[in-house]
Amino acid sequence: MSWTSAFAPVLPEIWLAAAAMALLLLGVFQKEDPFARISRLAVGALAVTFVLVVGRDDGRVAAFDGLFVVDEFARFMKGLVLIGSALAIVLAEDWLVKERAQRFEYPVLVLLATVGMMAMISANDLVSLYVGLELQSMALYVLAAFQRDAVRSTEAGLKYFVLGALASGMLLYGASLLYGFTGTTGFEPMAARLREANQLPLGALIGMAFLIAGLAFKVSAVPFHMWTPDVYEGAPTPVTAFFAFTPKIAAMALFMRTMMTPFGDIGPAWQQILVVLSIASMGLGAYAAIGQDNIKRLMAYSSIGHVGYALVGLTAGTGEGLRGVAIYLAIYLAMNAGAFAIILGMRRRGQAVEEIPELAGLAKTEPLTAAGLAVLLFSLAGVPPMAGFFGKFYVFMAAVNAGLFVLAVLGVLASVVGAFYYLRIVKLMYFDPPAEPFERPMPGAVGAVAAASALFTLLFFAWPAPLVAGAEAAAQALLRLP
Amino acid sequence: MILAALAFYLFAAIAVAAGAMVIGARNPVHSVLYLILAFFNAAGLFVLLGAEFIAMILVIVYVGAVAVLFLFVVMMLDINFAEFRQGFHQYLPVGGLIGLILLVELLLVVAGWNLDPDMLSLAAAPTPAEITNTHAIGQVLYTRYIYLFQAAGLILLVAMIGAIVLTLRARTGVRRQSIAAQLARTRAEAVELRKVAPRQGI
Repeated sequence: MSWTSAFAPVLPEIWLAAAAMALLLLGVFQKEDPFARISRLAVGALAVTFVLVVGRDDGRVAAFDGLFVVDEFARFMKGLVLIGSALAIVLAEDWLVKERAQRFEYPVLVLLATVGMMAMISANDLVSLYVGLELQSMALYVLAAFQRDAVRSTEAGLKYFVLGALASGMLLYGASLLYGFTGTTGFEPMAARLREANQLPLGALIGMAFLIAGLAFKVSAVPFHMWTPDVYEGAPTPVTAFFAFTPKIAAMALFMRTMMTPFGDIGPAWQQILVVLSIASMGLGAYAAIGQDNIKRLMAYSSIGHVGYALVGLTAGTGEGLRGVAIYLAIYLAMNAGAFAIILGMRRRGQAVEEIPELAGLAKTEPLTAAGLAVLLFSLAGVPPMAGFFGKFYVFMAAVNAGLFVLAVLGVLASVVGAFYYLRIVKLMYFDPPAEPFERPMPGAVGAVAAASALFTLLFFAWPAPLVAGAEAAAQALLRLP
Repeated sequence: MILAALAFYLFAAIAVAAGAMVIGARNPVHSVLYLILAFFNAAGLFVLLGAEFIAMILVIVYVGAVAVLFLFVVMMLDINFAEFRQGFHQYLPVGGLIGLILLVELLLVVAGWNLDPDMLSLAAAPTPAEITNTHAIGQVLYTRYIYLFQAAGLILLVAMIGAIVLTLRARTGVRRQSIAAQLARTRAEAVELRKVAPRQGI
């Protein structure tokens, strides 16, 4: 095999890493403020990567002795992650300039985090899993503390770093136990060893539990969610938006591949762990969000709840369940992008505001924005015919068909409770006396993202076929064990 | 064989003695110097084991970078070490007892250790015969594991960017060296020839 064909599967990652480094050099050497130009170029680099990822269609390819794998599932998830990263850069530009934090390292760090996420999605070995996860996390720790003169942001970065290191430690401990008891770090050889063993080794089971704990931290599933509200509240709002809809997708994709490839044959062993994680996340997401007044904190609890719903599909472990998770993540990305675009537009007298009561009476002052936000909130709550309803529908159907009735019923109940706090904001916007209007106009790009996201959410039911077909192909790729 | 045994006892004894001096020395700079001595002797032990790569890494990374970093920290931070040491004799019995218990436990664990005789054959990448272990590591690090090696490099790059983003501040009013301006100076600007009359000065 020539070296070009050996490196072909990682071409998108190599391109993106090289582009990030080139932009870093450009930013350092440019005399005038390079932030705007680097942001645009970074979005362009992500677009090229998207074409490189989605343009290839050669089934399942493994590279570097099975350390790295590209299949339909990886393509689908990488596509979502690349869209999420590009949106995070587009949404951030105006906000960071207004807060005078427009340093060009922001887009560069987002690109490097994206390389890490793509490595996570394609990880087919415990070592490449860890390396991808650390590359992503390291960039995210810095991004959380990006507004270094704000105490809140610094605190968020430090908290995230310390707790993230703890989670990495648990993950590594689990990985070392798995290596010790199966004798391999590769996902496929590990699956073969576990299949051959007539009884699951206890050490491997404990290792798997630790691995799940580490991954649950990264997707912020209860009881490993403690960092989420503080980090989401303290981090600069565009970074919070990025955290909410991009790394979560990558971590969820990694979670899915880790559960399905090495542990695909021992489903019952991990299903009970995931049932607990899922129920706890849905419950906490629904109840803890009720008392929140800060909208970023509310979105943090909302994201914890959504992870719980996505885990329902993974717990089912069937093709239908995995398809449900893939659809859920795509819709989750679309809804959150719009919601955060509107949150980023909440500015008054040159200050960003983030308290929920500030939205009071928005329907009188800005009927269009209020309608968009209402659509997004209805969708987050799972009210038909918005897209969010279909996301929940696919995962709950999968759970029912897999015989997990209790999980499905509890999930539906949690989403009813969760609907309360989303609808509280709608009530505030439509029936309360108006507060002072926001600074307008909204920056063009932010308004466009909000509008596109609201339209997608509203009209998804009319033409769901492309997304469902893509998710189906992704789920089948993950199920076909080699 | 006797030479190897002698070398082992020499290195081991010095390493243990240097380790004791690291916590015993009054002057913290001396402590760091003893730490460097301990690292050198540990490197010698690795050479005796045939792990020359780890020995060299120990010298380069720990002595060359980490210990020098410690030295910088000790010298630059104004820490009152005498204050830390107060009550040392008061806590010595309890601390010594805990240390002794840990030592006994460690000895019990290591004594009960049973190594699988064909453990070496289970290694993921067995060391090929006839080549040095630096060569052997290079052969897998830059072929099979090139992806992980490069990704680890990217992580270090992110860490470096992060350190700069979070700490570097552009200060105003700093006099910086401008090499271009220095080089652009001509002799006429910099030197002046004066005729000085005797006993008059300039």
